[in-house]
Amino acid sequence: MLRIRNLSKSFNKGTENQVDIFTNFNLTIEKNKCTAIIGPNGCGKSTLLNLISGTFKADDGQILLNDKDISNLTEEKRALFIGRVHQDPSMGVSPTLTILENMSLADKKGEGFSLRRLVNKDRIPKYVELLKDLDLGLENKLNTQVKYLSGGQRQSLSLLMATMKFPDLLLLDEHTAALDPKTSHVVMMKTKELIEKYKMTTIFISHNMRDAIQYSDRVIMLDQGQVILDKASKELTEEELMDIYRRKLDEHLLH
Amino acid sequence: MKLLLTSVEQGLIFGILAMGVFITYKILDMADLSVEGTFPFGAFLFAKFISLGINPILSTLLACLFGSLAGLLTTLLFTQLKIRPILAGILTMTILYSVNLKINGRSNIPLFDYDSVFDLGSTLLVLIIIALLVKVLLDLFLKTETGYLLIATGDNEALVKSLGENCNKYKLIGLMIANGLVALSGALMAQHQGFVDITMGASIIVVALASIIIGDTIKKKSSLLKSTTRVIIGAIIYKIIGGIAIDLGLNPDDLKAVNAFIVIAFIAYNNVALDLFKFNGKGGGVKNVTNTQPVQELQQRY
Repeated sequence: MLRIRNLSKSFNKGTENQVDIFTNFNLTIEKNKCTAIIGPNGCGKSTLLNLISGTFKADDGQILLNDKDISNLTEEKRALFIGRVHQDPSMGVSPTLTILENMSLADKKGEGFSLRRLVNKDRIPKYVELLKDLDLGLENKLNTQVKYLSGGQRQSLSLLMATMKFPDLLLLDEHTAALDPKTSHVVMMKTKELIEKYKMTTIFISHNMRDAIQYSDRVIMLDQGQVILDKASKELTEEELMDIYRRKLDEHLLH
Repeated sequence: MKLLLTSVEQGLIFGILAMGVFITYKILDMADLSVEGTFPFGAFLFAKFISLGINPILSTLLACLFGSLAGLLTTLLFTQLKIRPILAGILTMTILYSVNLKINGRSNIPLFDYDSVFDLGSTLLVLIIIALLVKVLLDLFLKTETGYLLIATGDNEALVKSLGENCNKYKLIGLMIANGLVALSGALMAQHQGFVDITMGASIIVVALASIIIGDTIKKKSSLLKSTTRVIIGAIIYKIIGGIAIDLGLNPDDLKAVNAFIVIAFIAYNNVALDLFKFNGKGGGVKNVTNTQPVQELQQRY
């Protein structure tokens, strides 16, 4: 379970360009559930993810993951129990390394890196099994450099690498936004399968209302650093969600 | 024949230098200019240790070890003080200029009266053994967990962070190994030419880059030829070209400019000329697609 208590974050503090993104923000994300966060640009979605992952440091407040205060840990330390897939498919992989080498790196996460040989041949059947689950034929390309893969293939591999060690929390930062609709659908299906199979606590940011309802258990809408909607996905329809979203956008245009 | 032999010998020495620069320029994707100071630093350190009566092998190893500290200084400047890497390298190089003059209190030291590692056997054989040893050790290191994280740091820092590791640690390791190898190369050069001089590092980065770039051009598509091997071959070819040019009457004063032109020519060939030659007048469109594999894969999938 992730608990965010009285979180505050401002940018350009003390200058005339100060922007207060969050002020005393509170949120609880249930364990083993997938929570979608939606909202217009600038509502604080990505900032929230960056505050949770430690990319940004909060000005004030606490972030508790499974009752452990992680607020003062560095991004690298938090990465040991938080997995993240970024919007840009090249962010989660090392392009000059092969699929096998990338997976071997992800497999060593949390165990410390020493002067032992990285690629362990005994682990290859395990990687092949995981890649087969993706159903993209990547299991036959273990020795292919990742730079030769398509965006969808790279993103699927990033997802696999981020979830390989079963993180306590998985952050999906619009991870299908850079893909074409068909590939996006394939990657979303794989994501859903993985999350359900391993019951991963997930926060999933999206601009796509249909995806938000279809692939999550709960939908939260943010606006100007405030939760303006918090409902179980099954109680929501896409039209209802679009309606609220449109109203909010209109409000912004009027003000 | 004498010219060829000297070129190959110096090529092997510069091959070690180029392997060091390869780590920063190719793997970490940064221009570490501190090597201009580290190369003579290695030479001056060797001169100091050998004059203190330490045997040549140990003196060479100590020069390599202390040389790696230049990498530590550069890394501290850009990771802790947030100075841009290129400026951090220039600052280290500038500091080392004064340090080099201070080590022995002189700017030029003849070494003819002292023993050298080349007394162990034929100069060529000794250099081949040292260059191969460095190459094999570097290849082995790059296959380790730490080695792969060094590659990943140059490739994508976000990935290294997501693995719970600090990128600065790997930059430090990379720069220390790189500067250690450059100092080793400087120490070997001092023994090979029989003297140490404060100017011996000037524009040495161009020599290293030329070796890397020429190495890259050899049998581009061969995956069997390891990068480290390419770098050594590149350095040897580079020295042979330079040797022939001087033999044909090139004024040694013009050598530095010629060096730079060689680098420009090879980079231009890789970046511009290859594309020009490849252009076959065809436009875009399905008819001109030569790589049909992705399409076939898509067709199979849907």
